[in-house]
Amino acid sequence: MSARSLDLKIYAFLIAVGIIGPLLVPSITSQMAVMWLMVLMAVTWDMTGGQMGYNSLGNITFFGLGMYASAVVQIGLVYDVMEYTASFGAIKVDFTVSQYWTGLVLGIGAGGAVATVFALVVGPFMLGLRGPYFAIGTLGLAVAVAELISGWRYVGGGSGISMPIFPGEAGTGSIVFYVMFFVLAIVCHMVIRAVYRTRFGLAINAIRDDEDKAEAMGIHTTRYKVMAWAISAFFMGMAGAIFGNMSGFIEPLEVAFPTATFGIFMVAMALLGGKGTLWGPVLGAILFHIVKEVTWTELLGWQWVALGAIIILNIVYFQQGILGWAQDRWPALFGVTVDEKMSRTGQAEAAE
Amino acid sequence: MLDNISILFQAPIFAVDLLIQGLLIGGIFVLAAYGLALVWGVMNVKNLAQGELVILGGYLAYQATLWGIHPIVALPVAFVLMFCFGWVIYLVIIKRVVDRDMFTSLLATFGLSLLIQQSLNLVFGPEVRIAEAGFGTLILGDLAIPVIRIVSLGLAAVLAVGIILFMRNSRMGQAIRATAQDPRAARVLGINTDRVYAFTYALNAAICGSAGVLVAMIWNIQPYYGLVHSIRSFIIVTAAGLGNLPGVIIAGFGLGVWENYAGFVFGAEFAIAAVVALLVGVLMVRLFQLYRVRQVVR
Amino acid sequence: MSGNLIEVRGVSKSYGGVVANKDVSIDVAEGGITGLIGPNGSGKTTLFNSIVGYHPIDEGSIKFRGKEISKLRVPEIARLGLLRTFQQTRIYSKMDCMKNMLISVSHRDEGLGSMFGSMRDRETEEFAEELLEFVGLYQKRFLVAGELSFGQQKLLEFAMALMNRPQVLLLDEPTAGINPTLINGLIDRLKRANEQFGITLFVIEHNMRVIMNLADRISCLAHGELLATGTPDEIQNDPRVVDAYLGAH
Repeated sequence: MSARSLDLKIYAFLIAVGIIGPLLVPSITSQMAVMWLMVLMAVTWDMTGGQMGYNSLGNITFFGLGMYASAVVQIGLVYDVMEYTASFGAIKVDFTVSQYWTGLVLGIGAGGAVATVFALVVGPFMLGLRGPYFAIGTLGLAVAVAELISGWRYVGGGSGISMPIFPGEAGTGSIVFYVMFFVLAIVCHMVIRAVYRTRFGLAINAIRDDEDKAEAMGIHTTRYKVMAWAISAFFMGMAGAIFGNMSGFIEPLEVAFPTATFGIFMVAMALLGGKGTLWGPVLGAILFHIVKEVTWTELLGWQWVALGAIIILNIVYFQQGILGWAQDRWPALFGVTVDEKMSRTGQAEAAE
Repeated sequence: MLDNISILFQAPIFAVDLLIQGLLIGGIFVLAAYGLALVWGVMNVKNLAQGELVILGGYLAYQATLWGIHPIVALPVAFVLMFCFGWVIYLVIIKRVVDRDMFTSLLATFGLSLLIQQSLNLVFGPEVRIAEAGFGTLILGDLAIPVIRIVSLGLAAVLAVGIILFMRNSRMGQAIRATAQDPRAARVLGINTDRVYAFTYALNAAICGSAGVLVAMIWNIQPYYGLVHSIRSFIIVTAAGLGNLPGVIIAGFGLGVWENYAGFVFGAEFAIAAVVALLVGVLMVRLFQLYRVRQVVR
Repeated sequence: MSGNLIEVRGVSKSYGGVVANKDVSIDVAEGGITGLIGPNGSGKTTLFNSIVGYHPIDEGSIKFRGKEISKLRVPEIARLGLLRTFQQTRIYSKMDCMKNMLISVSHRDEGLGSMFGSMRDRETEEFAEELLEFVGLYQKRFLVAGELSFGQQKLLEFAMALMNRPQVLLLDEPTAGINPTLINGLIDRLKRANEQFGITLFVIEHNMRVIMNLADRISCLAHGELLATGTPDEIQNDPRVVDAYLGAH
């Protein structure tokens, strides 16, 4: 199929960019790491937002939970977490290289696991809400979790946690985290592309188009909805764990649960590229990130105002996004065609 | 936490104090929630910028005090200014999302809230501000109640009664109510629904702005406090249901009281969490009510 | 006739003070086509909604193959093999027709593992194509369903229901809004679905000519109560039914 070979070409292109980019210009490695993070966020958001029609404003919860889970696991392996956080960073724990790597791998795994479990537990309840109630409910959930964690002294409360320092040279660290985000984003997109091609993909599309009909046809709607959210949560949790380590310091409201930055970016990026399309969120994320990195510092504090304006413009005047627009413009490229044959056997039978 | 609860029982006067303070603040929540119920019911727009409109009104009052104008004097000015602001916002943004699906209006107003919030941050800075009204404190036995809170509750009541009378009796009020019931029928009968929508949104902005003036006088404002005000309005409207004015009033006062007690019992660091968790709770209760009758939340 | 597939016994349902169904009892015989008629507002759709689980009933019992289903929810009932179509046609409007068909397979024995099972096995696809050809939409199978005309959407919805291989299909006014010249084709397809696929049909219909042609037993509701049950001839000649339609009391 042509769509398949096109997908493979895009993967090859992205992988090439991902490898060549930091080799050519090492100074942009950490910006590119964040770009892959943005891609991952937009793609996982789009799974529920675009493909399933459940517009979450609270997926950032998974990110933060993953981050905190990894912090607790990584520090807890060698030290008492309570004492560590109570000292507000005064205690410097020395991790051996092997301790660090064990902690990091376990931490990322724990990040994914905790976020997934959280999604599985709250999913059946939150996903029972429809339309705007879901959006508001998830926004509320994100703020509630963020506030609860910033008041929880065990994990450092509002003053946060310092993460273990990467052993070895500073430059190596940023390359390691870059590779992690790069691989995770590509793998995440591949996994999501694969599941869209199964019964799962059709079911979540059906839920988006008409959930009542899907129920009336006997589809296990709750099961599919929760599963979709859990897959998003899994990748977001792992991404959170990596981001926590990359930042080196976790602060609850700005780093772990940044509702007003990443939480909104992921929605804006998916919408910009075209929600509900396979490559739209990727395109949107890359464009958004490039534009943001280039213009952000020039805007002298007005960048957030500009962000609000961009979201409004995007929503009000260009809702279908870039790929959505292309799909309307050239439907045949996206497989929307009339078959000239009237019947399976090819006879031109009158179709009434 | 348990210590705090036992304080409430040992010193009942303290519990009474929290109750009264909660009721006094609840009146302001009712105003903003009524505005939300208005735009939600009439034009089916879930306005996530509700809290930012409140905070914007608050900064108008704050700016007035900087110029040496008393915030109560600033109240009618804020009402008019916010009315105009709301009208402009309607023309630029809301008008184009009114007929679209509900997430569109939600996200567009979320973008708007970001815009207002960040602009305020740039202009006024991130510090917590108060519009000093300068009234004293009323001492009733062991209770100490700031006079300004009583005054502001009175102002809120006057405003609310005024709006309700307006909705009942005026031409525009009738047109708004007709449009809420059936926009198509209203259009057929010659009502300019576009104007009605603009007026409704502008009125909502004016109500929120006035509530914001009161918030700035009796409490405090900060560019990022808007979201919690929005969430409060959503809690109240969801709990009360649309078109249920007594419900909105009861839920508003109830929320004010809940917030004061929760802030005291769980500690100040969990005050916002207590409000937001209540939103999730209210939504869940709604969900189970509808699940019981084999239906879904729409 | 091998007994009753659906047995409705003494079902009552009221909304607030309005009684929509009062003590209604209807049998749907296995393998047959049962009709349900009645003037507007006589409670036909309410009865359908009670059967498929849209709202709880106040009194009575609804049995499907001897199993009580009046407490089950919509998807559970659908998975038992009891399906309905909507008066306002409902399809997945942003997916193409083929995908609409593929997702409409039965979810009866679906486990957690099969959530990620492939939909593209040859057998399923062929059955979907066969059914699309059966309703005359094969040519448009890669078209987005939302772009079909209303009548075509109705046919697609019918094909989706057949894709599910239900045991009984509840059709809510299948001919409403369809061009009169196409109605005969639709009746023919309904009959063929009944004969070829062995699907029991339970049909609400306003068009008397259609229902008299189609059904082998008909029940008539009026003011929420069961007025009469019988063969098309008996119903046509029942003075109470005639009264109900002409409004005489």
